[in-house]
Amino acid sequence: MTTAAVADPNHVTAHGHGAPGHGDGGPASKRIVVSYGFWIFLLSDIVMFSAFFASYAVLQGATSGGPSGATIFDRSYVAIETACLLLSSFACGMAGLAAKARNTLMFQLAMAATFVLGAAFVGLELKEFAGLVAKGDGPSRSAFLSGFFALVGCHGVHVTAGLIWLTTMMAQVWAKGFREDIQRRILCFGLFWHALDIIWVAVFTVVYLLGTTPMVTTL
Amino acid sequence: MSDLTEMVGDTAPGDTAPGDESIATEGDIARGVWTYVVGLVLAGGLTAVSFLIGPSHLVWAPSIPMALVVLAVAQMGVHLVFFLHINTGPDGTNNVLALAFGILIVFLIMAGSLWIMAHLNHNMTPMSQIMRMQR
Repeated sequence: MTTAAVADPNHVTAHGHGAPGHGDGGPASKRIVVSYGFWIFLLSDIVMFSAFFASYAVLQGATSGGPSGATIFDRSYVAIETACLLLSSFACGMAGLAAKARNTLMFQLAMAATFVLGAAFVGLELKEFAGLVAKGDGPSRSAFLSGFFALVGCHGVHVTAGLIWLTTMMAQVWAKGFREDIQRRILCFGLFWHALDIIWVAVFTVVYLLGTTPMVTTL
Repeated sequence: MSDLTEMVGDTAPGDTAPGDESIATEGDIARGVWTYVVGLVLAGGLTAVSFLIGPSHLVWAPSIPMALVVLAVAQMGVHLVFFLHINTGPDGTNNVLALAFGILIVFLIMAGSLWIMAHLNHNMTPMSQIMRMQR
């Protein structure tokens, strides 16, 4: 198709540009290209998570005489974690809007709120993990617990990485202001943080809620 | 874009970046905040229903697992539309197509793994019989 467009000069002039493969009106802006590429990365990250979800779902019943999900999961504890992450996602959205309005004070306040709520989530999750390991229910206890620690731990590592990224974004805006490249990074960070919240929706449903729901009939 | 005839009807100037919303005036900021508030209320409501549907005994017990899955999918949709601004507008086609492909792969991995492993479990020789054969 591209070669045909080049070979046919009438076609090229008819569309008012001589750059085949760049679409009407030339290449997309860097903001669109960067965030689209990051969106593809996030989707591949979600595909990776789906493998962890699949292994957890397969190994869910393989408790090897150890505890099952129904005995170790605390729904109200997970509800607090969920509230932290959801409010953190909202604060992150506010930070994105403040960046667009070029309001430094609002941006830093919203990012600080995002950080505090995200750090509270990671702290609660670490406390849960430490409690399980202290009781001897660590990842080496059973295949079910290996799958549990791998899946939920992988999400926790993502959130921790996001917290580090968040602090660097606060520092970059503080040092360099709302430059175009900084704005692109803020957009990508927002995508990352919201995507982590989407994965957490799957985690609390598949692991914690389905894990504590008695299966009357097999699903 | 020198060709005027092509400009007519082409109100959409290109693609939308995922996660982006058009902000030009003060009113757009207020509208943006409003979008997030609506998303937060919807997501919070769906989360609350997910957590309360089990212990409440308001719902027929065998339907709860499927109800939880449906609620989770609905909440993911809310997050995508209100927080990530992925929509089916003419400028978001690339974003939606990439998402659709991602969902396809996720579905294949999840359903394929569960299906195959359930069949393997079903067809496996019971452990007691393996022990007897080894004797």
